[in-house]
Amino acid sequence: MSRWRRDKILLWALRSCACLAGTLLFLIVLFLFIEAAPALSNIAFTHFITDTGWHPVEGLYNLSPMLMGTLWATLGALLVATPLGVLSAVFCHYYAPPAVATPYRRLIELLAGIPSVVYGFWGLVMVVPFIAQYQPPGASLLAGIIVLTLMILPTIALIADASFANVPSHYLHSAAALGLSRWTTVAQIILPTAKPGLITAIVLATGRAIGETMAVLMVCGNVVNAPQSVFEPIRTLTANIALEMAYAVGNHRAALFVSGLALLIMIVALIILAERANGHRQHA
Amino acid sequence: MRDALAVSRSKNHLATAVVWTVAIVVSASFLLLISNIVWEGMGQISWTFLTDTPRNAGREGGIAPILVSTLLILAVCIAVSVPIGLGAAILLAEYSSDQHRFGRFIRRSLDVLAGMPSIIIGLFGNAFFCITLGLGFSILSGGLTLACMVLPIFIRAAEEGFRAVPDAYRHNAAALGLSQVTTLYHVLLPVALPAVVVGLILGIGRALAETAALIFTSGYVDRMPGSLLDSGRALSVHIFDLSMNVPGGERNAYGAALVLLILLLTINLMTHWIMRRFFRSRSVSP
Repeated sequence: MSRWRRDKILLWALRSCACLAGTLLFLIVLFLFIEAAPALSNIAFTHFITDTGWHPVEGLYNLSPMLMGTLWATLGALLVATPLGVLSAVFCHYYAPPAVATPYRRLIELLAGIPSVVYGFWGLVMVVPFIAQYQPPGASLLAGIIVLTLMILPTIALIADASFANVPSHYLHSAAALGLSRWTTVAQIILPTAKPGLITAIVLATGRAIGETMAVLMVCGNVVNAPQSVFEPIRTLTANIALEMAYAVGNHRAALFVSGLALLIMIVALIILAERANGHRQHA
Repeated sequence: MRDALAVSRSKNHLATAVVWTVAIVVSASFLLLISNIVWEGMGQISWTFLTDTPRNAGREGGIAPILVSTLLILAVCIAVSVPIGLGAAILLAEYSSDQHRFGRFIRRSLDVLAGMPSIIIGLFGNAFFCITLGLGFSILSGGLTLACMVLPIFIRAAEEGFRAVPDAYRHNAAALGLSQVTTLYHVLLPVALPAVVVGLILGIGRALAETAALIFTSGYVDRMPGSLLDSGRALSVHIFDLSMNVPGGERNAYGAALVLLILLLTINLMTHWIMRRFFRSRSVSP
């Protein structure tokens, strides 16, 4: 075979690999729609918000308690994890002596890699019984928030850490020359400069929290419930899919794919938000 | 003036205290988590635990078939994602510039795919591999589903690797009259290999940690798998099942969790080792 032809074949092989990888996303979206179609056509859209409950066998498909569960758990975890994560990164960069900063950074990196099922398991054996001592049943929104916080904290800390590293060093030198205190430097100069990176960190962490399944499934109690307090059990959209997918058929199965679509929409919205925050910066 | 200075100074001290407290609280809670798993898991792990079959719904016995299923799922995932991912990465790095529309489209689509929650990938895997392709709840379905999650990570890392190869290499190969296939195989691939391997290891780490996408693609069956079309339970699914559905399964769940953590830690260390071994030396030279 002539080398010209071999090069031609190579190019086409590479193109088809890339095509396959690139169309995967569309295949996923397509299949979510195909599987959700029976529910979208048989059940009026308002049913997913106005039905009296989630009893798929009886034809009641109210997804809003699960939606609320997802939103509350995500919001709670973000409120706790954002300051902790950002301050962790501040600690690493501007407060800790190098002998402390390096192991601390390694610890955070390690935690970013711990599987969600292990976080969930730890929550189940440690956090849930601990909460149950004070406010039974223990498996609750609060347990979910605590475990989710631990899971997204490394994400926030690592991205914040990376964006602090990009702050030009002459900013720091100027601040030092002006005699600014350490905290003033951090609060007035570092944080505003690193803001786009911090927003990216928060958006990515939000995505991780919304999409998280195992950890919340294991610690939240999974009662379909619009929570009145943090001690009540909740069920998130993701947990709902994981719990019922195994036996769901017909409209029920389709309704689960509708909740998958709802998740997809939230994630896509977040990705668009993240790109806005980055000012359409092209990645290298 | 002096008051303002005093206020600012005490604010600074307060901030220092807060930052240190946060660092201590964060590291304490994480050390608590890790030490708990290690402490409780140590008592469970033994040679028999690794080589025995689970008995009594997993309360007793070991995790041998689960380890085998996990490895098979990973093998399927790697066998599918390496060739496709490598091809896509080479195309993106070597044959499409940043402005090229086709390349940009694929990069964007992969970026979005990387952010997809695993449960959505799991829904897709169930609908496409298990039902549409008729593979059922099987190791094959599970591995293919994981490949969807690993591809974007792997491609990104491999692409960076190829991009980091200096242009001089390509020019020299062209000047020597080497064909593109030869250039790729004998010049570019060897240089980009460490980055490709790092990408692969990162992907394996992600796949090993995954649970949600596997529950309804590779299934729950904890017997030793006979073929790739059998259902097989992954290690992470085993931890989930023992702790949620099996009362009294906690002790063995600790053991399985520690095994999983050790595997992931090994992978983490391997990545660091390769990075340090191959990248630091090169980044100095132009």
